[in-house]
Amino acid sequence: MIFTEDLTKHFDDFVAVDGIHLDVPVGKVLVLLGPNGAGKTTTVRMLTSILTPTRGRAIVAGYDVVRQAKEVRRVVGVLTEHQGLYNRMNALEYLDFYGRLYGLDTPLARQRSKQFLEQFGLDSVAKKRLGEYSKGMRQKLALVRALLHEPPVLLLDEPTSAMDPESSRMVRDAIRSLRSGDRTFVLCTHNLAEAEELADQVAIIRRGRIISNESPEQLKRDLLGPTEYEARLARSVNGWQPYGFPQEVVLTARGEDWLRFQVKDPLNNNPLLLRKLLNDQLEVLSFQEVPRSLEKAYLEAVSRAAKEEQGG
Amino acid sequence: MVNSLRSLHKQVEPAFVIAEREVRDQIRDWRIIFPVLGLTIFFPFFMNFTARQILGFVQQYGADIIADRLVPFLLMIVGFFPISVSLVIALESFVGEKERGSIEPLLNTPLEDWQLYLGKLWAATVPPLLASYLGMTVYLVGLMRKGVTIPGPDLLILIVLLTSVQAVVMVAGAVVVSSQATSIRAANLLASFIIIPVALLIQGESVVMFWGDYKSLWWIVIGLVVLTVLLVRVGLAHFQREELLGREIDVLNIRWMLKLFWETFKGGASSLEEWYRHSLFPTVKGLIKPFIIVTLLAVVGFLAGIRMMDLVDLPAMQFSPEKLRTQLDLLLQNWPLFSVRPMLGIWWQNVRVLLLAMALGSISLGIFGVLPLFTTMGTVGFLFELLTKGGFPVGSFLLLILPHGVVEIPVAILATAAVLKAGAIIATPTTGKTVSEVMVISLAEWSKVMVGLVIPLLLIAAGIEAWATPRLMLLLFHL
Repeated sequence: MIFTEDLTKHFDDFVAVDGIHLDVPVGKVLVLLGPNGAGKTTTVRMLTSILTPTRGRAIVAGYDVVRQAKEVRRVVGVLTEHQGLYNRMNALEYLDFYGRLYGLDTPLARQRSKQFLEQFGLDSVAKKRLGEYSKGMRQKLALVRALLHEPPVLLLDEPTSAMDPESSRMVRDAIRSLRSGDRTFVLCTHNLAEAEELADQVAIIRRGRIISNESPEQLKRDLLGPTEYEARLARSVNGWQPYGFPQEVVLTARGEDWLRFQVKDPLNNNPLLLRKLLNDQLEVLSFQEVPRSLEKAYLEAVSRAAKEEQGG
Repeated sequence: MVNSLRSLHKQVEPAFVIAEREVRDQIRDWRIIFPVLGLTIFFPFFMNFTARQILGFVQQYGADIIADRLVPFLLMIVGFFPISVSLVIALESFVGEKERGSIEPLLNTPLEDWQLYLGKLWAATVPPLLASYLGMTVYLVGLMRKGVTIPGPDLLILIVLLTSVQAVVMVAGAVVVSSQATSIRAANLLASFIIIPVALLIQGESVVMFWGDYKSLWWIVIGLVVLTVLLVRVGLAHFQREELLGREIDVLNIRWMLKLFWETFKGGASSLEEWYRHSLFPTVKGLIKPFIIVTLLAVVGFLAGIRMMDLVDLPAMQFSPEKLRTQLDLLLQNWPLFSVRPMLGIWWQNVRVLLLAMALGSISLGIFGVLPLFTTMGTVGFLFELLTKGGFPVGSFLLLILPHGVVEIPVAILATAAVLKAGAIIATPTTGKTVSEVMVISLAEWSKVMVGLVIPLLLIAAGIEAWATPRLMLLLFHL
């Protein structure tokens, strides 16, 4: 659905995006992660045909962003960094206006507007001037604007920024329900929990370059090493000596009544490990995977990239 | 026919949608509505009162002519005031949306650039213009009710047209400014480039109105229509979505400008010969069309000069060979052969005129750049008629002009063509280039022609004019 090859954007001497390769299949969510100024918004703007790439190409829903800009804009819904609402309009007028610009019939636009406003809890304020909306309400309305023409591709820049936890949950649920169809999402966010929850694919972008592009699980494995498991024991392990484990199991930490292992091939090695613990007369109360956050993987990726840059 | 109308409607509809939203927004903004209402309703009443007071006063002294001229003049003023609001609206049309962050969602829609541009143009023009017509109506109805004679229909149409084209020119200029400015502050500062010429124009129109030369006002209307077309073309040519979002700060990047200028000027050449062959000559080749246009204008200028001599009906200057010989002797005493000073004086004068052409061209998309050559050729035509009518032989006149003119005239035409071309480059759509980039490039192209051909050839022409032409003339009279 979205494909880019060597996508590059220069502003005079400044390289904002440098040779990005992306391939997002239909119905998937790609999350672009990166610090401010990394090139996320520039990438999104190239994908919406507002910025012309200096080099490379991008295909969105089968259309070339340079040669078929108008078609690209027709099939893309964009939630921009700034909501950009007109304060003297109300929500229905605002959505009517955008509906007409996207070539929707007024009754159809009105019907969809009402449906989305209700879904996002804005129906009660539909006739209120937008100038009186709170930040969260504005963000939700901007999201409705992006959804109004039911585009197959949604590019969302910080969709839940400025929202309270309840509204954020509402938006995340909406994204999850929309992705079940044929929609493809590109999401720029700083919220790593949100990224972890929604992403099929995470691309970490730094100084215009993609330093990692994997599924969240693969990313964690690549950056944080094999999965860790923790065994909680019924009594103290003082005096117990760790030897005779399978080769691919490494004891990484231990406490008074717990042990933590890194296991390369859990399917084969976890049963062996458990048997070994039981053979050593250790009464295992629980044995579970240690949760590893995307945040840790992200920070690791960024730190490695910084080290490489310093070394290079 | 019906199909093409339907297709046109479909094409134009998004522009209507943009304009409609903007107009609705304006109507809801009291900062726009209050002044417009004031200028539409109260100001015409005030003008009405003023007109009647002045009419009463001047009629006491039998100065009816002042009364006749005052009523249409005040009508023009009443019509102009509401359209001044259009400038404010147009100035913030693009840059205002940019500052409020509402431009990006708009740019993400499948709107064509021209649809967005046209919508903005309409939105800034139509409401103030309607207010202006309403104001003029209020003023005229007030006068009619008090029994004051109002101007005839032809003059009324002229004033309405003048007001309308003035509004469109101002809006077209302001939309160009707004689409290129980086902030409302910058747009307001640049607005003086619109306000000052329009203020001067209004002053000129006022003089013409009191003079009673209403025919000249039609020429102003035509001129303004041409200017509007050019401004809209320039605006559309340089309207770039990327630019609207990309530029954030007003920094004059002199280093970048100099680099771009030098690269364009040099054209990748590594030696002088290569520069002439691969950089300058392709530029000159691209000047063929403007060269032909300017040549025709030069001929028209020469003929207009001849016609002007007939129109002003000056007594012909009686030709006296002795007097001319004396003058030539005197001249040659001051201009010894191979003396550098007179040659440099002539050269600098010609260069100065061509620099003036560029200065005039730079503020008028190249159009006024033809004026120095046109008026010079007009002067030559005028002198030709003045001298030959008084018995000065045509051959001698040609001898007076041609030795240096053979070089000087084509070179002046070439330099003027380069100015015209520079203006045309600015008014032509250039994908992926900013206005400042295009301006620097056009300046570099013009400089190439000036440095590579015009300035050296003018030096040769000045040498001939200072050292050879007067001697040839003298030789002719001694024969």
